[in-house]
Amino acid sequence: MPEQITLSVNGRSVTVPQGATVAVAVAMAEAHCRNSVNGEPRTVLCGMGICFECRVQINSSLHQRSCQMLCSPGMQVRTDG
Amino acid sequence: MSAKIYDVVIVGAGIVGAACAHECSQSGLRVAVIDQDVIGGGATAAGMGHIVVMDDSDAQFALTRYSQTLWQELRPELPEDVEYEQCGTIWVATDEEEMTEVLRKHAYYSRQGVSVEVLNPGDIERLEPNLRKGMVGGLLVPDDGVLYPPCAARFLMDQAQGRGVTLHLQQTVAQIGKGQLHLADGTRFSSATIVNAAGTWASALTPGIAVKKRKGHLVITDRYPGFVRHQLVELGYLKSAHSVTADSVAFNVQPRQTGQLLIGSSRQYGPEHKEVDPHVLGRMLERAQHYLPALAKTSAIRVWTGFRAATPDKLPLIGPWPSDPSIYLATGHEGLGITTSLATAKLLVDQITGRTSAIPYEPYLPSRSATLEHAHA
Repeated sequence: MPEQITLSVNGRSVTVPQGATVAVAVAMAEAHCRNSVNGEPRTVLCGMGICFECRVQINSSLHQRSCQMLCSPGMQVRTDG
Repeated sequence: MSAKIYDVVIVGAGIVGAACAHECSQSGLRVAVIDQDVIGGGATAAGMGHIVVMDDSDAQFALTRYSQTLWQELRPELPEDVEYEQCGTIWVATDEEEMTEVLRKHAYYSRQGVSVEVLNPGDIERLEPNLRKGMVGGLLVPDDGVLYPPCAARFLMDQAQGRGVTLHLQQTVAQIGKGQLHLADGTRFSSATIVNAAGTWASALTPGIAVKKRKGHLVITDRYPGFVRHQLVELGYLKSAHSVTADSVAFNVQPRQTGQLLIGSSRQYGPEHKEVDPHVLGRMLERAQHYLPALAKTSAIRVWTGFRAATPDKLPLIGPWPSDPSIYLATGHEGLGITTSLATAKLLVDQITGRTSAIPYEPYLPSRSATLEHAHA
């Protein structure tokens, strides 16, 4: 069994295996990634860092591509920005 | 084909041409506007859209201040997409020499009745926490603002069209002179007054105008609301803007209503191509990061370039062209065309109709250009 990591997505505690991307944690928290300028929900599309639809806030950094970031313990992810 | 007859035909539907059409139509003149492209597609679409008072010279101060007042009067009518935001400007001083300039500016603006406030290092840190620590001070100009120029141009043109102005887009002007304008397709316009508001293209239609292209780069970021709250400009900006030969960059960042950051500025004489120059872009961004270190963690989403219509004395050309009294010029606004468009239109129509003008128009007359030459021309 790989080591488990616990982080927070919109204040909800999520546990994922080490090596999981933030996009996985967002999906496990049953959240979408971001809202478009017109307020439409958006989430992972390309999964390889090109489409930018998977952007989330990680700790204090805005617009991080969740499909390109690995989860780390205690990370604070927000998708309601 | 018989000629279409107007009181005024304006070449150019950028912010200046649109403002002229707006002002002419308010004076009851029959007006046509012709543009090779779309409304606000040239320098208007490329610039930062600041509405600022600048004191390069007394004449520049008079024109920018008058025009800023006109924008403030128009503001209640502007649609939301014009994104007028009175964010104020902070001129940032990094050393004692620049602080001396802050105090000089403060005295000058105050004497002229413009609200200004000297900031100490603590004020700067409180107002703009993302600025590098150790600033010596700054000058806050609270009435300065920003807007989104293409929508402002479209609004002015819509208003003009509502009063009967005809707009002809995607039309190439072949020739103007002696009260006649010919399109490339053979259409003729007959008009006592033809306004050349063609920006950097003006000298192609009216040879001999002292207007040169001055290239600029801009970068826009993703949305970072609150990253900066005022338009921030380095005091070295003037040194950069004054330089007539070398390529130069200066720190100038604006908060946009979307939360995006608009990052400038660069100035280059010579290049005719629109491609991004990576070396100049790199220097410009380094300069911006020197002032705002956290910019390094933001994402830029678009970079573009444009060309300012620059005159040797940094003042626009507004008024009759001495070689042909049917031709009036409204060009040469360099980086201040959005600010000065409304005042330009007022001064132009004052001259066309013989009205009294609110400020003297003599400093901007094209007849001065007999004595104007670009230093390196």
